[in-house]
Amino acid sequence: MNERRFAAAALLSGVLFGAGLVVSGMVQPTKVIRFLDFTGDWDPSLALVMGAALFVHVLAQVVLRGRSAPWLAPRFVLPARRDIDGKLIVGAALFGVGWGVGGLCPGPALVASAHLATDALVFSLAMAAGMLLVGRLESRSALLGGS
Amino acid sequence: MFTPWSALAGGSLIGLAASVLLMANGRVAGISGMLGGIVVPARGEVAWRAVFLVGLLLGGLVMTWLWPGQVGSSPRPLPLVAVAGLLVGVGTRLGNGCTSGHGVCGIARRSPRSLVATVVFMATGAIAVWAMRSLGSVT
Repeated sequence: MNERRFAAAALLSGVLFGAGLVVSGMVQPTKVIRFLDFTGDWDPSLALVMGAALFVHVLAQVVLRGRSAPWLAPRFVLPARRDIDGKLIVGAALFGVGWGVGGLCPGPALVASAHLATDALVFSLAMAAGMLLVGRLESRSALLGGS
Repeated sequence: MFTPWSALAGGSLIGLAASVLLMANGRVAGISGMLGGIVVPARGEVAWRAVFLVGLLLGGLVMTWLWPGQVGSSPRPLPLVAVAGLLVGVGTRLGNGCTSGHGVCGIARRSPRSLVATVVFMATGAIAVWAMRSLGSVT
């Protein structure tokens, strides 16, 4: 595997993603909140963001059909689980609440943090702490033989 | 304000980004997993994630320079922003994904997990916004 090309592709993907987030309006918490405000002053813009992203990405899936490996790596590394468990639902529920309250999700929070915006930095630090906390609990429960 | 064209353009860029990462690198462009895999290091998968995130920050900065005014701040007081961040960190880790990981990449792969997760976080997001509005918070 060509490490440099692999890294270059990851960098390109990141740049496109960051640019896309800004263009889409996802880095505007009030816009996110107005999108989630279905019963109030609804701004449907973010539905178009997701729709367009899905449309383009589904096309990529079609192009990839039948391929056993990506272009620059020996294999795909994709989430394998298909089951729906309590952790998924609770996790998604908590994420949704945080997103609706703050108006930020991980990508936009990081993009805004690059501007050294106080709210984004606070959000991002707390987010990292939350991830670390769950990560610690996960490894502890694995050590104890839990799931 | 309804902004269909920038929404479509931005969404297309996001979709393209995810497509590049999948087609070239064979990975999923889920930002919570991207960050999570660095915060709680996933062996062998840290370096490319760090490169991606550097790209994310760069792309965001350059685009903001080209188009100022597309980045805004949270309308909530800082303590609430911290709580929100914590919930997002905990929730995305527990649920293994966020708007990009589940909402875009997962649904595109027709993952039932991602479909369910997306419906759930959209619903609780809407409920949270409604609750905040009922409590007098107006954006």
